[in-house]
Parts: sequence; C-alpha cells; structure tokens
Amino acid sequence: MKIIACIKQVPDSEAKVSASGGQISWGEAPLVINPFDEYAVEGALQQKEAGGGTVTALCIGPESAKDALKHALAMGADNAILVSDPALSGLDTQGAAHLLAAAIKKIGDVDMVIFGRQTLDDGFGVTGPQTARALGWPMLGLSGQIKVQDGAVRVERVIEEGRQSLSAKLPAVLSVVQNIGEPRYPSFMGIRKASKAEIPVWSLADLGIQAPAPVVTRTEVMTPPVRDAACEIITGESPAAIAETLVDKIMAEKVL
Amino acid sequence: MKTLVYIDHFKGELQPASWEALGLGKSLGTVSAVVFGSGVEAIASAAFEYGADEVLLADDPALLDYRAEVYASTLTAIASAAAPDLILFPTTTRTRELAAMSAMDLNSGVLADITGMEMDGDRLVAVRPIYEGKLLEKAVCTAKPQFVTLRARAFPKPALEAGRTGTPTKVVAKPEALTSVEGYTASESTVNLADAGVIVSGGRGVSNNPSLTPPAGLDEKQVEIWRAQQGFALIGELANVLGGAVGASRAAVDGGYIPYSHQVGQTGKVVTPDLYIACGISGAIQHLVGMRNAKVVVAINKDSDAPIFTQAHYGVVGDLFTFVPALTEAFRQKLGK
Repeated sequence: MKIIACIKQVPDSEAKVSASGGQISWGEAPLVINPFDEYAVEGALQQKEAGGGTVTALCIGPESAKDALKHALAMGADNAILVSDPALSGLDTQGAAHLLAAAIKKIGDVDMVIFGRQTLDDGFGVTGPQTARALGWPMLGLSGQIKVQDGAVRVERVIEEGRQSLSAKLPAVLSVVQNIGEPRYPSFMGIRKASKAEIPVWSLADLGIQAPAPVVTRTEVMTPPVRDAACEIITGESPAAIAETLVDKIMAEKVL
Repeated sequence: MKTLVYIDHFKGELQPASWEALGLGKSLGTVSAVVFGSGVEAIASAAFEYGADEVLLADDPALLDYRAEVYASTLTAIASAAAPDLILFPTTTRTRELAAMSAMDLNSGVLADITGMEMDGDRLVAVRPIYEGKLLEKAVCTAKPQFVTLRARAFPKPALEAGRTGTPTKVVAKPEALTSVEGYTASESTVNLADAGVIVSGGRGVSNNPSLTPPAGLDEKQVEIWRAQQGFALIGELANVLGGAVGASRAAVDGGYIPYSHQVGQTGKVVTPDLYIACGISGAIQHLVGMRNAKVVVAINKDSDAPIFTQAHYGVVGDLFTFVPALTEAFRQKLGK
C-alpha cells in the first residue's frame, strides 16, 4: 500500500503569538509539525505495519518546513516531499487542496491519503475534504480507527452523536482524530536517518500547474480583547458560607 | 442578499446552532433553509417556524445517512440553481466537510468556524479565531457563493414563531455515492459541549480525595480511576442541578477518568458557555484556550497559584470534594430544585 500523510508546519503550541501591522510573529518559538498531523503520520505508520507498503510525508511550505518532514521521517515515514515555490503566496485551503492533489497524482498509484483534523494556525479543518474533492476520491473524515481489507477501507468516524462506521473502496482520503492512538516518539535511529535525508522539493513547474489564485483572503489580524477583571477569590467561614456567597454572585451575573 | 442556510441534523436530531445560522441569514435578507434527509418534514416545518422564507427539501432514502459526497453533490446542484450570495452552516463535523467539498465544486471558498461578522456590501467579512484563539483574523471569500460555517453559540438564536407555516420546495438528491454507512454506535455519553449553556469540568484534581476508601482488590491505576469517578459523580450532580454538561481537562481524559468526548481545550472542544466551572483543573494553556471565552468562569482549586485563576472571574481556593457538594446544595436551594 502506498500511503501519504499530509502535514503542515506551524508555530509551537506554547508560542506567544502576536500581531502587529498585519504581521503575525511568534518570537523565538520553534516551528513544529502541526500536532494534529502527528496523528496522521501515526495512522499512516499503523496501516503500513498492518498491511505493508510505504509512507510518504507530504508538505507545502517554505524550505524551513523540511524540519516538519524530518520529524515525520524520524517517526518512521519512508519518504518525504516538500512542495515549495516562490510564486506561492497567500495560499488558501482551496489552493492547497489543488496543489496536494497534483502532487498525489504525480506520486502515482497512491492508495490512501491521511490528514490531521485541522491545523493549529489557521484552523479551517477543510483541506482534507477539499483534496478528496479535487481528486474525486471518497472522503472518510475524522476517523478514530482504520481497517484495510480487500481493497477497501473501513473506518470508525467520530461525530458529535457517537461513532459511525463507514467504508469505501481505495483509493480514499481520510482524516484522523486522537482516538487513532498517541503519535509515537521519533526513535534514535529514525532521528539519525532523518537528519541525513535529502528531501526533494517540487515546484509548481514540477507539478505542471500554475499558482492557484486565492479565493479566501485575510484582510486584518487582531489581538483578542483581554479580560479586564481580576479574579475575585471568595472566602468565608465554611464551604456552605462560601457556596452561598458564590451562588449570589453567579445569580447576579444573570447567566442561569 | 440571498442566503441559503444548511440545517444540520443527525437522524432527525437537530444541531441547535442551525437556527443561529438561520437567524443570521434572516437578518441579512431573504433566507432559504436547506434540509436533507429521509422523512425529515418535521425539520422543514421547524425551519418555517424559525423564520425561513423558503425551505428547499431534499427528502430521499439516499440521504437517510449523511455521506460527504452525496450531500455535497446535492448541495452543489441546489447552489448552482439558486445562485445565492451566501451559504451559512452551523459548524459541525458534517458541515466542515460539506462546505469544503461544495465550495471546491463551485470554485469558491470556505470561511470556517467564524465567531463574528460584519457586512461590506454583499460580502461577509468574517471574524474568526486563529492560532488557537491567540489571535483573531478578519477574512473574506471573494467568490460566490461564500461558504461560511458559524461556531455554535457565537450568534443569537432567533425566536420561534409558533404556527408560522409554509410548503417546502422539493429538490432532488444526487445519490451517486462513493462511501457506504455500515453502522452507528451512540456515544456512551450524549454530551454536546459546543451547545451547552453551563459546563462543569473536572481535571486531574478529581482523583485526589484522600477521605475515600477504595474497594479491595484494585491495583494502583484502578484505584486512581475509581477515585476520579467518585469525583466526577460530584461534578455530574452540580452540572445536573444547573442543567449543564460535564467537561474535562486533557489530564482527566488521558488518565482514563472520563471519555474523550468530554474534553475541553486545544485538542478537545472549544466551548463558549455562559457559565464555566472548573474543578480541580490547574489550567494548562491548552485548556485555557478552549474555555476562556465563557461569559463567567469560576475556578475551584486547592492551589491558589494555579493558572486557571488567571482566566476566572470568581475563585475558590479549597478542597473540591467538600466545596462542590456545598455549591450543589446552595444552587439546589436557590433554584428550588
């Protein structure tokens, strides 16, 4: 089986992110593989272990995004490909989906493409289904369990109301949620292999397409209003007395 | 302005934020509700009561279960014919896919999970959290129709006008399917945190009650889980009296105390209840980004330096095992329950 894990590079979750003059910065914080995409790599590696084959990590981004791909390689991915081109700017999810679909077609004979649930930065959570649509493949979203048998894939999809089992013929696009299992840590051998890996970079010309024109554009970026009130610590003679005071305060807020 | 509003449901059970989307659509001009399913006339009737000018109903056995490509193709056909300026959805697991795929079909784009908006002519300027809510962006979709999904509870719910009726307009389904639905298992707990007005959450601290004697024969981990379940029972009682839902921190979910569906935070659900009560939650940043937009936050923790207090309006420093029952009792009396 040929499995692709689609990943993105984002600022670390602990980063203090700020906006000034329309520019977003995250100080000295490192760029890392999008945490949700680690589950995509984990899901892909589990399928490789279950049925054999190869796992390729695929990423769109600047040259520095090779570090995120190296994390996937260190986890155990066999190959990595970076799609990068100076002509790409203001790429939206629709454009990313077209690029990923073109790269997946160029890779060829792909059986399964796995995405994370969403990205930590823009958080749209739509690139997976849009890539499925661009490829004309079935979309099995938010999968918590994956099983491949006889050229078909069956997943347990985690939705608000419970779990739905869905199946489709391969090739298919999936996204995965945390139920898939905690992403493995890179092994020592994996890290050594990844550090030496030569990661191919595919340009728009390599993919044979033009830079997609963005449809969704950011017009402004702002810091959210900060909460002004300091925390009021409620004290009293006994738990019952504190509870009574607190209940009165909450009732006065008129939220019940 | 011509707006379509997709009414999301699962086996006839509404996602309540659908009406919030209908209310927003109505405030912008004429609004057509879009209802898919099999045997879902009742939802079409409810859409009229919530103010739809028209209901486009695709009632077909092929639409009994949500399947991404069938629903997306049906929506694409409807949108091509109706040519709306805007298509609104409540943000749910289904609509993110549906909006994403139909937008691709129509060479347009999606503004997902927005929390605010303003109009610039017939263009919707969306306000949405990015970088886990550390920043907000304004974004626009320059093509039409503009696909927009609304975060639950971010927009007001319209009033129901009992007795307002209409006749749904039948539309045809596009039944070509690539996926099949083989079964469904209901959640062990039917918790809907996104729509909850009150959430009472527990963290690692719920497993620390020293005054409990666990049953014999349990190993260390089982004792920890047993203790935590006693703690969550107290939290459940408080939530029950307040008509709210039970939430949890990642530490509590990772500890095996409570299922993942209860998790609030970066890797769980982002919630915006009117009242959020955090019990025994220290307040890792990943949890805080998931709950800090609650209207009123109460923190109960024995450590007065816990970061959760930085996001709380009211704090109680103390033992949750004695305080939570006292709070439950105080609410029970005040609310006459």
